[in-house]
Amino acid sequence: MIVTNIETVPGKAIVKHLGLVSGNTVRSKHAGRDLMAGLKNIFGGELKGYTELLTESRDEAVARMIDQARAVGANAVVNVRFSTSSVAAGAAELFAYGTAVVTE
Amino acid sequence: MYDLIFFLVLLLLGYVFGQHAEKKHFRSIIEREKQLRGILTFSERRIPDEANLQGTLVSGSVVISVDFFKNFVAGLRNLVGGRVSAYESLLERARREAVLRMKEKAQDFGAASVWNVRLETASIGKGRQQGGVGSVEVVAYGTAVKPR
Repeated sequence: MIVTNIETVPGKAIVKHLGLVSGNTVRSKHAGRDLMAGLKNIFGGELKGYTELLTESRDEAVARMIDQARAVGANAVVNVRFSTSSVAAGAAELFAYGTAVVTE
Repeated sequence: MYDLIFFLVLLLLGYVFGQHAEKKHFRSIIEREKQLRGILTFSERRIPDEANLQGTLVSGSVVISVDFFKNFVAGLRNLVGGRVSAYESLLERARREAVLRMKEKAQDFGAASVWNVRLETASIGKGRQQGGVGSVEVVAYGTAVKPR
């Protein structure tokens, strides 16, 4: 499965478009991380726990998108976009979407 | 009275540690930017001569928190308006760091360039005061390509 965020798959011709596929995940931080984040709000600097959490969640969203693409018979996803939105206090939704295609 | 002392101590801690962390971070960013200068990034979508290449999605993200002192200064700035330089440097750090992490991923893949680079910023959680920036997440992503 090749994933790109341009319209094409480098080095391969697209023979069929299969439409939009997407994957999402909603994550919330746990209390321990929240406490550390509270401290960091005094000293400043990177919140490593949050960085990890969001990277993991984004990977999860991409994995779900890939599952969906596989289910419709695609072998690549092009034009992938990410979007983040906070649904409730302390929880964020990570969303990845793209176009499923079949390459030669 | 104790509240005031506590507040001033937090302000001082924020200033000392925040400034130190920021300077250290900028030094590290400049150093790593030099090392990764070989990897080119483009916001262009069309890759010239792409028939002989193979590509993959790469991304890098970072969450950076503002310190207590900056939060306070920005709060004051809110009263009179104008440039909030305290947050400007926060966002600059976050963006440059995210791009660096993306470039590191591209390097692991063996790519020499990254195309259609996009940067997205999200505000994570509210700060101490409601409506404050608190911390920001920046994600950079693009398509890394290498010869096949």
